[in-house]
Amino acid sequence: MSLVDDTASMNRSALVSQAEPRDFIALLKPRVMSLVVFTALTGIVIAPVGVHPVLAAISLLCIAVGAGASGALNMWYDADIDALMGRTATRPIPSGRVTPGEALAFGLVLSVLSVLVLGLVANWLAAGLLAFTIFFYAVVYTMWLKRWTPQNIVIGGAAGAFPPMIGWAAVTGSISLESFVLFLIIFIWTPPHFWALALIKSEDYARAGVPMLPVACGEAETRRQILLYTLVLAPVGMAPWFLGFAGLTYGLVAAAGGLGMIWLAIEIYRRREGAPARKASGRMFAFSILYLFALFAVLLVEQGVLARIL
Amino acid sequence: MVDHPTEAGIVLTPEEKRRQRQRNLAIAFALAGLCVIFWVVTIVKGAAILQRPM
Repeated sequence: MSLVDDTASMNRSALVSQAEPRDFIALLKPRVMSLVVFTALTGIVIAPVGVHPVLAAISLLCIAVGAGASGALNMWYDADIDALMGRTATRPIPSGRVTPGEALAFGLVLSVLSVLVLGLVANWLAAGLLAFTIFFYAVVYTMWLKRWTPQNIVIGGAAGAFPPMIGWAAVTGSISLESFVLFLIIFIWTPPHFWALALIKSEDYARAGVPMLPVACGEAETRRQILLYTLVLAPVGMAPWFLGFAGLTYGLVAAAGGLGMIWLAIEIYRRREGAPARKASGRMFAFSILYLFALFAVLLVEQGVLARIL
Repeated sequence: MVDHPTEAGIVLTPEEKRRQRQRNLAIAFALAGLCVIFWVVTIVKGAAILQRPM
């Protein structure tokens, strides 16, 4: 009797959606999307060509929706390992609020819509870059790299680095050295940022069988790689100032932030056991978000807002 | 003697009906937003809407 009830319950949950709109919003990974919006906005604002604010806002919306769509596709594919990790077990699919089919359809529809509208509103170079970013995150990173190589986040990080380049392309119709430098900053920032989190959550990744660097190569190697990437990141973060498309304020913030990142990376390298080690990783993870936010915020204000006022 | 349900198929509970209504509203708002976007872009771009530079 209970078997019949259970089967009926399973059939019902497959046939009747339990999702609320907020579950679909959660599929878009709003916190990741906020960083995408911010970096893409910087690319749009610092571009040397003026654009109608309405078109800029709609372009930004398309980039945000495209990023969210790739997040939905990521959650659809990764639902099995998300269910095994504490950090992701409450996501809409593993918790049963959204079915995999709903998430897949949602992600695909938003992907197509965001690319098409960006192409019509801005240009097809920006739309092509957005389509490539969605493909890169959903297919190259999620389906291929993530479960295959400890370098998953290094290569896959490119997906998160494209938004300022797409924003720049949406306004100018081209790719330039400036937009490539913005791409490079996020690209090199991603590994130390993510590995700091992976050091704290390595048991989760091990349980799910995801070969993150601490799981596949050990924590000592991860600490060494964090330090190496941070030593590269600090000068790359200052590149906009070296290349002349950012001012002195940016240069000073990038220098101070870069030194802060190096100091925290050294702390991670030195403190290897117990609570101090976890604390060092947590501080690096939190500060890295602040560092990237500060770089793009200063660039936005200095080269975007102030340059238009003064 | 087996009791047959008076209504064929799955009958939604009040909570499921509420969620369905919320989803329908969200889709309606999204479609309306898309219409507004196309209308605004057409107004802003004017004749340039026909020019499609790469």
